Amino acid sequence: MALTTAPDPTRRGTGSVRPDANRRGTGRIRHGEGLAGYVFLSPWLVGLMGITAIPMLLSLYLSFTNYDILTPLSEVEWIGLANYERMFTSDPSWWHSVRVTLSFALIAVPLKLAAALGVALLLNRAWRGVGLFRGLFYLPSLLGGSVALAIVWVNMFNREGAFNSFLALFGIQGKPWVNDPDWALETLMVLAIWQFGAPMVIFLAGLKQVPTELYEAASVDGAGRFRQFVNVTLPMLSPVIFFNLVLETINGFQGFTAAFVLSNGTGGPVDSTLMYTLNLYITGFTDLEMGYASAMAWVFLIAIAIITAIFFSTGRFWVHYSDGEDR
Amino acid sequence: MVATAAAPPMATGPQRPRHRSWIRLVVLLAIVAVVLYPLFWMIGASVKSQEEIVNNIGLLPRNFTPGNYADGWTNFDVSFARFFLNSAMVSLLTLVGNAVSCLLAAYAFARLKFRLRGLWFAVMIGTLLLPGHVLIVPQYILFRTLGLVGGEWPYLPLLIPQFLATEAFFVFLMVQFMRGIPRELDEAARIDGANAFGIFRHVILPLSRPALVTTAIFSFIWTWNDFFRQLVFLSNLSDYTVPVALTLFIDSTSQSAVGPMFAMAVLSLLPVFLFFVAFQRMLVEGINTSGLKG
Repeated sequence: MALTTAPDPTRRGTGSVRPDANRRGTGRIRHGEGLAGYVFLSPWLVGLMGITAIPMLLSLYLSFTNYDILTPLSEVEWIGLANYERMFTSDPSWWHSVRVTLSFALIAVPLKLAAALGVALLLNRAWRGVGLFRGLFYLPSLLGGSVALAIVWVNMFNREGAFNSFLALFGIQGKPWVNDPDWALETLMVLAIWQFGAPMVIFLAGLKQVPTELYEAASVDGAGRFRQFVNVTLPMLSPVIFFNLVLETINGFQGFTAAFVLSNGTGGPVDSTLMYTLNLYITGFTDLEMGYASAMAWVFLIAIAIITAIFFSTGRFWVHYSDGEDR
Repeated sequence: MVATAAAPPMATGPQRPRHRSWIRLVVLLAIVAVVLYPLFWMIGASVKSQEEIVNNIGLLPRNFTPGNYADGWTNFDVSFARFFLNSAMVSLLTLVGNAVSCLLAAYAFARLKFRLRGLWFAVMIGTLLLPGHVLIVPQYILFRTLGLVGGEWPYLPLLIPQFLATEAFFVFLMVQFMRGIPRELDEAARIDGANAFGIFRHVILPLSRPALVTTAIFSFIWTWNDFFRQLVFLSNLSDYTVPVALTLFIDSTSQSAVGPMFAMAVLSLLPVFLFFVAFQRMLVEGINTSGLKG
């Protein structure tokens, strides 16, 4: 998996095939290659500076100002920590968007991963239809992030949508789910869970790596299928679970499109779908409070960094690497 | 294919009763039905009349209404032909930009030695997890200051980053791929007198085709589906891409346009679906080997 096999750039391939490289020591750079390296790297470097680094610094600076897009950059007013103060102390809708985003990620991500793992286990036997099922389950992951699917979702879960018609078959009186502040976010969670195919494919790849001898050994020791799952499959799969968890959580925090479509860009009904990124968009591009939006972006960035760090530090306690390599 | 290669040892179940595999199949088919229902419902709704979209839970229309497609196509002052052309142009140019610029950067990281390489590589990995939403405000301000937002050709803010290898995912994917290309080939080319550029041209570039294809497919699909950046940077109706244009249907809450809206939603997913059909195996394998998000 990508994260667990993060390449080490200082390690050359399998043994140097260049005798001179050995003789001159590892730090030596072949004449002309250093220049060539920077030539090939130059588009990336320009991008790093112009598209990533400078905007980040600009955003940090703006977060201490009351900049709106209408006043020229030269006339912005430095207001110190006022944006951050406002965010934490006097902006209930900011806190609300934090709660919405957290509850979305906390509920949708585990359910999505559980669905992905469950279906992966069902598919983890070789028979003719596996490829077809795998492809069909993966399809929603390709389509689900689009505006088109969000539109479908909203129409399926509104008052007269297909979901209520389905419930009516059982005599159950449905609700206008997408217009109900208690349920709008849940319909977005269902949309996220529906896209379980991408983590499922990664789980399937992980399941293939589990040596069958382990199951045979466990079976000889009298472990039933459930014990085998808990004592063999889960630990052997923990690096993949970890990888999916980190990736899906970070993706979950950034959910924007479906919330935008459901609420027509407002975060409604009653701010129930005000995802953090949607709140940021509204603040920056509807209210034009770009200084404040920059502060929100930086808090978001730091929060994601902290959460990733927490994942990696707790990962040591439950992620099991079978080859004993310290990664 | 991994599935078939691993087949014999996985089918450990001589003592397992046969009916279990039937239960599995039934469960899987039920999940398929739930997963595919929204897609079929959308296609059905695109040829249903207004009342039927509301009343008919079934997938097939009682009243076949293909006119939704014609109505949707010309529902706004600008035809959807224009939106599709805009989307295709942005997606294809993004594809080219990512393929070229990420390949160049990946070659430097994977094969060339230069000062600070370790540092730059660590920075690149760091940008992998950087959420795009964080940079949108300052990027907007910069591009606007340069006069590129809503300028003569309003797609530059969408495309410039893609030609500067800012999609770290693809750089990383290609670095991983190039590490699998035997260094002996570089060495042989070097003995034949090739320098770093020659090795890139004659060894790395031709052998990187699989990674380039994966990058191209994902680039296209992600850009085609992308909404956030296109929403921020495009402001004139005639410049809109398909996703942005679709949201206009929601604005005009007049229920009359629901059928046409579904028709255009179906058409908007068609390119992605065709890519899926054509490259299904590669897409699934692609996220397998690289851990890309879907």
